[in-house]
Amino acid sequence: MNRIPVVAVSIGMATGIYAVSFGALGVTAGLSILETMLLSLLMFSGASQFAFVGVVATGGMAAIPTAIASAWLLGVRNGFYALRMAPVLGMPGISKLLSAQLTIDESTAVATAQSNQADEQRGFWWTGVSVFIFWNLMTLAGALLGDQIGDPANYGLDSAAAAAFLGLVWPRLSSSKFKLIGLAAFVVALATISIVPAGIPVLLGALVAAVIQYWGKR
Amino acid sequence: MIAASLAVFSWKFLGYLVPEKYVSNPRFREIADAITVGLLSSLIAIQGFTTDSAVTVDSRLPALILAAGLLYLRMPFIVVIASAAALSALIRMFF
Repeated sequence: MNRIPVVAVSIGMATGIYAVSFGALGVTAGLSILETMLLSLLMFSGASQFAFVGVVATGGMAAIPTAIASAWLLGVRNGFYALRMAPVLGMPGISKLLSAQLTIDESTAVATAQSNQADEQRGFWWTGVSVFIFWNLMTLAGALLGDQIGDPANYGLDSAAAAAFLGLVWPRLSSSKFKLIGLAAFVVALATISIVPAGIPVLLGALVAAVIQYWGKR
Repeated sequence: MIAASLAVFSWKFLGYLVPEKYVSNPRFREIADAITVGLLSSLIAIQGFTTDSAVTVDSRLPALILAAGLLYLRMPFIVVIASAAALSALIRMFF
């Protein structure tokens, strides 16, 4: 199917929209353009990057250990994505490093929405590479513009990120079981946000999803 | 920067090191699929309806409703995201 490259580039461009706000936030938080770019190139995981610069913005360089811990905690879900993608991609030896770096929300979501293994692989690589290119180019643009941009919320970039997650999960919601699982995770994340540390509500949502799937089968 | 990136990368890589015999079982795949849906749905909740660890409803709600409508109409991803951002920005400009 030729739809996969179109979807992949479209998702890449969309993530580029909020990569601009990441680049701007990075330099506003006191990081250099190079440091901001290193996060997008090496960390390459939106939620972890925003958490990292968010902590640095409020606590400065003294808060680096906390910033690392928050980024690490928010990165746990990529481990679940990796577990899901490993048998699909079947990468041998050292090439696992490449697939690991591109294992993010977007690449996994597009891959798992496909119906056969060849399309799952194409979905993963097209989306992973497309997001990587746009994410880094637009981070650079945002870092160069810096605080001239102002509050990203003024441009609705927070809504763009929320809508992106909705768009990624949308193809899976055609099944009523996944509708129920999605709704349950949504409710659990909101119910726990004010009582547990940042990053945990999302994992609790994932836990509820796994439990429903596990028990629903019996 | 590098230490933080390595910390985040460790998760991505660990997932690929689990032996194939555990992860290729269909039961496991169904649970991994459910977890993907659960993670993305929780992320909608956190990104769309919270501010500094408190539940809040603001212009992100109409933006998400618009996004859902456009997804229902099978609009391209980039159109959905850009429209949601634009609606939210417009609402914030006037209120």
